[in-house]
Amino acid sequence: MYTTELKDKNQKSAPVTTVAEDPAKLAAFEARVAADDFIEPKDWMPEAYRKTLVRQISQHAHSEVVGMLPEGNWITRAPSLRRKAVLLAKVQDEGGHGLYLYAAAETLGTSRDEMIEALHTGRAKYSTIFNYPTLTWADIGAIGWLVDGAAIMNQVPLQRTSYGPYARAMVRICKEESFHQRQGYEIMMALAGGSPEQKRMAQNALDRWWWPSLMMFGPPDENSPNTAQSVRWRIKRETNDEIRQRFVDVTVPQAEAIGLKVPDPALTWNEARGSYDFGPIDWEEFYAVVRGEGLVAKERMKARVEAWEKGAWVREAANAHAAKRAHRAAAE
Amino acid sequence: MTDGLTEYALRLGDDSLILGQRLGEWCGHAPMLEVDLSLTNVALDLVGQATLFLGIAGDADKLAFHRDVLDFKNCLLVEQPNGDFAQTIARQFLFSNWQELLFRELTQSRNATLAAIAGKAVKEVAYHARLANEWMVRLGDGTAESRARIVNGLDWMWRFGDELFDVDDVVEPLIASGVAVDVRKLRGEWDQRIARTLSEATLEMPKPRRAAKGGRIGHHSEHLGHLLSEMQFLQRAYPGATW
Repeated sequence: MYTTELKDKNQKSAPVTTVAEDPAKLAAFEARVAADDFIEPKDWMPEAYRKTLVRQISQHAHSEVVGMLPEGNWITRAPSLRRKAVLLAKVQDEGGHGLYLYAAAETLGTSRDEMIEALHTGRAKYSTIFNYPTLTWADIGAIGWLVDGAAIMNQVPLQRTSYGPYARAMVRICKEESFHQRQGYEIMMALAGGSPEQKRMAQNALDRWWWPSLMMFGPPDENSPNTAQSVRWRIKRETNDEIRQRFVDVTVPQAEAIGLKVPDPALTWNEARGSYDFGPIDWEEFYAVVRGEGLVAKERMKARVEAWEKGAWVREAANAHAAKRAHRAAAE
Repeated sequence: MTDGLTEYALRLGDDSLILGQRLGEWCGHAPMLEVDLSLTNVALDLVGQATLFLGIAGDADKLAFHRDVLDFKNCLLVEQPNGDFAQTIARQFLFSNWQELLFRELTQSRNATLAAIAGKAVKEVAYHARLANEWMVRLGDGTAESRARIVNGLDWMWRFGDELFDVDDVVEPLIASGVAVDVRKLRGEWDQRIARTLSEATLEMPKPRRAAKGGRIGHHSEHLGHLLSEMQFLQRAYPGATW
């Protein structure tokens, strides 16, 4: 699943470009991007482009990996063998996305260990959505339906993002995400059409996940200072608000189709725009969660750091063994 | 009393189910992303096998989510706790090497359904065994710490190996009719495989010890009940609901 660029409010005013670039190279680069050429790892690129991409791709990779936790929380409690298998496969897909995204970011000259270090020390962000808890089985449905649904909205345009390795990773990821979205919706459908207790679970999950899902598209355009440059460089293809609106328009009828109510009293169809008008998003909540104040943010980071630290001896053993092998092979 | 085939299918299905459940506990917590993916992958294969084997015995979901400890027929090995990564690998090493030999023979079963499931599963399980063998070697012949941990992990699991090769009155007639595998005949090859990998891992064969048994007749360790209470929670809390 995708995270849009996340920074907390204090970081927002920092200038993106500090390096003076060669004007001729920059102009040639801008022209290639404007012509929808893909930029490849060995091509010249402005430093700010590289930095923006490293930040965005690594945030995306971290989001995939941290995102394994809220769903992993229900693997051992999935209610049927089929649901367990589907969830295992889904979480495995997310981990796989993490791997190719780390690999894509590595082509920009940063190592996976450096990125993980940045995550564990809080310098790198991941999608705020994963700092909310998965309370009931319906949350697994809601994540697939809403969170992966939002991810698809964000990622489909990224298949044409200007950086080649990122765009190609997106093509593969998008195929899997659309499968996840359908699986999630199917869970919700089963619950919404089930017993009163199940229906309550489904509605409650929608109530809790709706607004955080809308926040996944990032701050409104007027507060997203890098959007213009990212759009010009074809790192982003559309603005946060444009994608958010499309998500609302697609998702509201899906909720209605299974008898669930979107928790927004201001939600109304706007005939003139051909879109839904929706109520104000609580951006204070969003920035609080970006700052690490989400209900289970501490748990998420603790789980990642513990897995890394407790696994250190395993990684050391694998390296030591590989070194011994190489040494023996050289001696032969 | 269930018939022999049903009982046999339960044993096969429960082995896969319980180990799949255990491996699922690792999800998101493994030492590195690649390992997380491999453990999840193994878990997924095992849950798939369990679904097919339990389907021979009846309604697979009903069997998985509505039986209590005494009616589970998995071997004691698979219900053992994950412990650290070394303990998990030691368990997988003993089990997958056995399951690969078992399924290889089961493809010859006179029962066409068992043979077909084994035909699909034997390829999966060959990968599980290779994965476990490779990690045994890395951990045994890695660092002093990894070596100490894998020795401890094996020490925990070793007493549960003998049960894998037991044949009782339930299985005896099925062996005679060519439906079930005579696991006693697999012992020699299993011993050789284990010895070969341990040697490559520069580890000593653990000393023989009194075998711990009972899973096949529902006499389990304390661990299984807790595993079931977690696995079965939703089905138990909302009886009759479909998911």
